[in-house]
This record gives sequence, C-alpha cells and structure tokens, in this order.
Amino acid sequence: MFGGAFFKQKSTAKYWAIAGLILAIIANCAEVFMQKPMFTIELKGMLDFTSFNLTFITIVLVCTLLLFLLNGRDIEKVGNNVSEYFALIFFVLCGVSIAATYNTLLTLFLGIEILSIPLYILTGSDKRNLKSNEAALKYFLMGSFSTGILLMGIAFIYGGNTGTPTFYINNINLGTGKLPVMLAIGLVFLLIAMVFKVSAAPFHFWAPDVYDGAPTVFTSFMATIVKAGGFIAFIRLFEHAFGTAQQQWQILIAIITAATLLIGNLTAVFQQSVKRMLAYSSIAQAGFMLLAIFAINQFAKEGIILYTAAYSLATIGLFAILIKMSDYTIDGFNGLAKQQPVLAITATIFLLSLTGVPLTAGFQAKLFMLIAAVNDGHQNWLVVFAVLCAAISAYYYFKIIQAIYFKENTSAVNQQWDITPAFKTLLIITAGLVIIIGIWPSVIIDWLYY
Amino acid sequence: MDQDISITFPHVLIFFPLVAGLITFFFKKDATVKSWALFSSVVTLCVSLGSIYYASNKALSGLTFNYEWLKYIGASFSVSLDGMGRILTLLTAISFPVIFVATYKDQYKNANSFYGLLLLTQAGLMGVFLASDALLFYFFWELAIIPVYFLCSNWGGDKRIQATFKFFIYTFTGSLLMLVGIIYIYLQTAATQDATGKIISAHSFAINYFYAAQLTADQQSWLFWLFFIAFAIKMPVFPFHTWQPDTYEQSPSAVTMVLSGVMVKMGLFGVVRWLLPMFPLAVAKFDTAVIILSVIGIVYASLLAIKQDDLKRLVAYSSIAHIGLMSATIFTTKQIGLEGVMIQMFNHGINIIGLWIVIEMIERQLGVRKISQLSGIAHKAPVLTIMLVVIGFANIALPLTNAFVGEFMMFSGLFQFNGWIATVALVSIILAAVYTLTMVQKVFYGQVNALTTNMKEISVNEQIALSIIVVAIFLSGIYPQPLFDLTKDTVTGIITRFK
Repeated sequence: MFGGAFFKQKSTAKYWAIAGLILAIIANCAEVFMQKPMFTIELKGMLDFTSFNLTFITIVLVCTLLLFLLNGRDIEKVGNNVSEYFALIFFVLCGVSIAATYNTLLTLFLGIEILSIPLYILTGSDKRNLKSNEAALKYFLMGSFSTGILLMGIAFIYGGNTGTPTFYINNINLGTGKLPVMLAIGLVFLLIAMVFKVSAAPFHFWAPDVYDGAPTVFTSFMATIVKAGGFIAFIRLFEHAFGTAQQQWQILIAIITAATLLIGNLTAVFQQSVKRMLAYSSIAQAGFMLLAIFAINQFAKEGIILYTAAYSLATIGLFAILIKMSDYTIDGFNGLAKQQPVLAITATIFLLSLTGVPLTAGFQAKLFMLIAAVNDGHQNWLVVFAVLCAAISAYYYFKIIQAIYFKENTSAVNQQWDITPAFKTLLIITAGLVIIIGIWPSVIIDWLYY
Repeated sequence: MDQDISITFPHVLIFFPLVAGLITFFFKKDATVKSWALFSSVVTLCVSLGSIYYASNKALSGLTFNYEWLKYIGASFSVSLDGMGRILTLLTAISFPVIFVATYKDQYKNANSFYGLLLLTQAGLMGVFLASDALLFYFFWELAIIPVYFLCSNWGGDKRIQATFKFFIYTFTGSLLMLVGIIYIYLQTAATQDATGKIISAHSFAINYFYAAQLTADQQSWLFWLFFIAFAIKMPVFPFHTWQPDTYEQSPSAVTMVLSGVMVKMGLFGVVRWLLPMFPLAVAKFDTAVIILSVIGIVYASLLAIKQDDLKRLVAYSSIAHIGLMSATIFTTKQIGLEGVMIQMFNHGINIIGLWIVIEMIERQLGVRKISQLSGIAHKAPVLTIMLVVIGFANIALPLTNAFVGEFMMFSGLFQFNGWIATVALVSIILAAVYTLTMVQKVFYGQVNALTTNMKEISVNEQIALSIIVVAIFLSGIYPQPLFDLTKDTVTGIITRFK
C-alpha cells in the first residue's frame, strides 16, 4: 500500500523527497475522502486502514513535509550523504505507517523495527561529533534490548492466548477475569517495550542523551513524528488486543503517566540548554499523551490525533528556530524579539501551544485528553496531578518567552542569521496552523468521521 | 444547519476591541496609536451604553447569541448580556477611555504594541463577562491574562519580570484546576438535542446545562474548591493574595488600573455567575469558612495598608480589603448583600482607577511615590487635591459618595448572616479612614518640601479624566437606583436557587 509509495523515493535531492511526500499526502487524503483504496493489494488482513489511521498518517506526512521545507538546507548541512538521510527518513515513515495500521503482532514488530533501525543511523550521522556517536550507540544498545523484550512479550501473548494461538490483535482474548501468568508477563513485557519507545518513565533515560546528541534536525524528527508513531502503535495495541482487561493494566498506566509527568516537568525546569529542555519537555508531553492510553475512549482517540498534530507542529517549529540559533542556551534567546521579530512571535506561539494556552492547538489537545481521563473516572487524582504538572511546564516554557521579549542581548558575539523569507513565511504558516486548530479543532476531528 | 448569524451587542463588545487591538499593532506613529485607541474605546463605550438603553426598552433578542462552535463536544460560542454582564461590561467600557485619557501624556516605547495589547485585554474581559458557555468562559478567562502578562513584563518597574511571572503562574495554576472542575461537571450534563430530537453531543458546556447538572453534595464539595481557588487567586482573597501588591507595584500605571479596576472583578463575577448557582449545597457548607477567610483578609490587608510607605502598595492593600468585603458578602447569599455587591463591583472599579490616576500624576511629575518624601502638594495643585479628597472619601465610603450605598447594603447582608463577623468586618471602615486620611494629610497638606516645589497643576486631559470619575462617584452616590434596576434580574435569579 503506502509503504510502496515511500520505497520508490530513494532520490538524491530534497526536492525529490518533497515531491514524494506531497504525492503520498495526496494519496492519503484521497483515500480518506473517497472511502475506498486507490489500489488493492492482498495483505491477508495484516494491515488495517481506517479513517483514524489514515488521518494519523496524513498528519505525520504533513509534519514531515513541513520539516523538510523548513529545515531541508539544515539536513543537507549535517554531512555528505544527503540522499541517504532522506531515504532513511522515508524508511522511518514507512515504519510509522506500518506501526499505525498493523493488525497482527508480527506487523507491529516489523513496523517498530523499520521505524527504529534508521533512527540509530540518523542519530549517529554527525560522525565527527563524539556526542552524536555516543548517543547512537546508547540508543542502539537500549533499543535492541527493548526489541528483545517486545519479541518475548509477543511470544508470551501468542502462546498464552486462551483459545487458539494467534497473532491477530483482534483475536487476542485476555478475558475479563484475573490474567493467567503467561499473559500477564506478556502484557507487561509489551508494555515495557512500548513505554521505552515513547520515552516514558521509568524507561526514559535514553531520551535526553539521544535527543541532545543527535543532529538537531533529526532530534526534531525523532521527538515529534517518531514519538507519535510509537503512541499510535501503543494505543492500537492496548485498545484492540488488551482492551478487555483494561481494569487490570489501567493502574499501571496511571502510575507510569504520573511518573513521566513528574520527572519530565521537574527535570526540564533545571535545564540550561534549550535543546535538552525540549528533550525533557517531550518526555513531559508524552506523559500527557499517555492519558489517552490510560482512558482509551472516543475522546482519547480524538485527543491523541489532536495532540499529535498540536505537539508536532509546535515542536517542529521550535526546533526549526533553534537550529538557526548559534547559542542553544536559554540566554541565547535573549533579545530575539529585537533582532528577529518574526522568529520571536512564532516561537512564542509555539511555546504557548506547548503550555496549553487557549486559542492554540495545544489547549484543545490537552482539553480532549483531560475530558478523556475524567470521563474514564477511575483515577481522578491523576487528572489533578496532570494539570499541576502542566502549570509547572508553564514555568520553563515562559522562561524562554521572557528571554525572547524582556531580556537584552548581552553577548558580544553578533549572530549571523541564515534566514530566507521563505523560511519566515513557512514559520508563519505553521504558527497559523497552530492557531487555526486551536480555534476549530474540528478541521482535524472531522476527518475521523468521513 | 442554518444558524443565526445576526450581529448583536455582545458581538460588538467583544470583537470591536479585538479587531481594533489587532489594527493598532500596525500603526507606526505614537500619536495615531493613541488617538485610535481612545477613539475605539469611546466607540465601545457608546455600544455598551446603547445595549443598556436597548435592554431597558425592548425584548432581549439582541442581547444573546448562540453559535455552535465545537459540536462534537457540545461547546458553543454563546454570549448573553444579563444584568451583571451589563454593569461589568459598562465598567470595562468606561475604564478604558478614562485610562487612555489619563495616561495620554505617558510615553511608552513601542506604543503600538502597548495599546494593542491593552485593547486585546479589553476584548478578553468583555468575553469573560459575556460568555454563557463554560468552555468559552475558560477561553476568555485565560486570554485576558496573556496580554496582561506581556504588558506587565515589558513595560513595568525594575522587578517586573519576577512579579509578573509569579502572578502568571498563580493564576494559570488556579485556572487549570478550574478547567478540571469544568470538565467534570461537563461530563455530568445532559445530552444536547437539535430541534428534531436527534442527539448532537452527549454533553454540553452551555451554562443552563451546567446549572441543571445533578451533582451530589460530595461532588459539589470538592468541585467547589477547584473553582474557588481559581476565583480566589484572581480576586484575591487571603491567603491567595501574595501576588497582588508586587504586581500592582511593578506594572505600568495604565495596566495597574486595568488589573485593579476591572480584572479583579473577574474573580467576583466568576463566583456569582458560576460558583454560587452550580454548588448551592457546597456553598451552604463552606460559607462560614470562606467568609472568615475573607474577613481575615480585610483586617490583615487594612493593617498592612496603614504601614505602607509606597502609595501604590497602599492602594493595593486597600483594594484587597475592599474585595474581601465583597467576597464575604457574596457568600452570605442574602438579597440585600448581593445587590450591594453588584453596584459595589462597579463603584470600586471607578474609585480605584481614580486613585491610581492621582498616584500616576504625582509619580510622573515628581518621580517618587513614597509617602515620607511627599508633602504639601495641595499648595501647588489645588484641583488635583480636591479631586483626590473626593475619591478618598469614596474609598472610605462616606455618605453621598458611591461606595456608601454599596457598603451599607453589604454590611446589612453580613449582619443578617452573623453579627460577630460583621462587627469585625466593620473595623475595616475605621482602618480605611485611618490609612486614607493619613495618606491625604501627609502627601497633600503640610509644608511644601524641596521635592514638591516642582509640582504643577494637572493638565486639561487629566482634569477631564478625574472629573468623569468624580461625577460618577456623586451620581451613583446620590441616585443609585438605575444601577439596582440593572442588576436586579441576576440577583433574584441567584437567590431563588438558594430557597
């Protein structure tokens, strides 16, 4: 299906990549609107294309397109093997699409692996940089370990299934009573593997180092699109395969969510480097997205789509601005409003969206998540805890806004700005999207009901 | 779906300042910016007056508006003007032109952003007072803060960034807690249906659905505190007041006027519009606790006001005391008290803006606002002094001034509730007289010193601004009946929920 569309694009220039993406987006939209696939391939039910999945993939593709358009030149600057970077990104996208549409545990494994392996390479693509190499190795070791756990979990679930052993997630039957040991172990293993992929506590330790070490363009890609891919796989798995046993794993997810929110937000407060702060903030945001998995209901599914869009747009925009800065510390942002008003105002909109202030997409996303969690009604303390953490997040996001607007630039170095009018226009468009989704979230949610 | 899209008064009150504010950002010259801001705020004032005139004569068709906004979750852009809405939008509409006139001489760098943000604040405030949909209310509640955050952080005093940040984090935390409360009630509401009986969404954010939500006493108890903390931070009620003196002191004068004159009313408004009608059982349970907190706040703030040497801090603490009295009275849920609160919300706004204007004039001319350094201004600026004395009398609620009627009624309400508490609260009037009159005496009378010899009489625009305020003080002090008529429907509506 769409995997095929990606494979063809091993082109050399970024223009090819952009063209390929646009093609894929058009194909995707067409499929959502027309209600029937453009070309059919016999998949034996291994993948499942619903409007929910397709909407998600479209969002991911649009975000990647924006990333290419904003930072195409920065990808070219990373190293000499430009075409490989683009190809690898397309492999990742292929993995994300499989992870978003899988219907059996085998395709889940395939999707997760196709998504992960190119990332190890991308992380280490800045070959001369020791931090980049270290990050890649760390990511690779930890990642392979989690893959092992994932496989083991799949095996346990396969073997322990009541009735005939099966990989099809809709046929997995956990029953509603107490879980047999095999299934319980399998579920916990799969949970660990997924939690690792979305960088939630207590398996988040790789994230700050990897995000910090990787070249910033790829960090932007990893922190948004890849993470969203992980989440969609997570929610699919727990909705379709383990949905019946929700009461038994719900408290686990609640604890993981609370821990992720707490660790992400508290650690982000103390960061001096904006890049590292965004790494921790991405852990914190993952905590909020976990609320969707905690609740798994209609609001949660609408919410995770909105959250993916809101969070990805804002983070990609913010990283695009960060890449243009010579100084990654918060002080580096001092006086940005005077030098680059457009960058300053768009960065502010992105930060407000991440904080969750009304009129921005981030607010609607958080609203849906909170509605989902309250609607579930089992753990109301978690909701109060989540909003208190959101208040903490305002602290570090607003520290950047303060630096941008209210502090003078004191550094002696005069920064050279490598910024084209096209870049500014794109930033404004991205910020505009954030606000449009903030006012009319139905532009995205409507897609789910075609 | 054919939806009514005719233009109503609430529309204009929200969107005119919004659009005017956005336009302001594009003006280059300071003079143009100021005239435009003043002009647009006067237009808003006319619309507001028009809406009151219209409401007294005709049916209510032009005063409410409903547009389905997010139909999946049952939120709508629903605005309406009832009595309390009218009086508070009127206050908002009067304040801004007065503030613009009074600070016409002030020079702000980047004047276009400054006035643009102020007008956006006005739009946000209007939205808060008009919204009859919980999500929309929350939207505006937050949106009113964001421009203020930028205004205070960019143009204020030396410690502005920390002070504003504290203010922002405080209010943001409070409002997020309220959001949880809103969502919880939302999920208890009934499904919305269209004309044919088809269910549109499973729940609704509309205010009448919120009022009708069936909440048990236990649910009300904890929801009460989620909402109350948000409103208490905004008012502010002791012990949530610590952000306030710092923020008032550090903000630029025009913003301080908006904050203290209009914005603190958001908290009071929230209590009357949302908290009281939704949680009658919880209010009956916690009323004494809240009233005692408020009364502690009144006495505590009044005592602190006496000790202040900085004029701005003095007025800030005095404001905490006045707001405390209003909040205490609201929770007595007595008819006469609530009527008093309604007109006092308006009058307090007028009085405190008057006080700020006077302080602003002194500070602009002399560069200081320390009471210990000022003396004998009356010899140099008699007109200013007369104006100030009138406003000061209103601040201590002497008869014939506007505050007298309101405070009298509020104390009657408090006495009906509990005589002892009312007696303690009454001390605040004496304390108010102490700090206000001491301030007047020290700053305006006595010998002219080296600093105050440079003081000049105030200019024409400042005289106009102050005259408007003095006239308003006497008008509503001598003949407050129109204000009562305006707000009667709201008060009766709330009282019936408690019977």
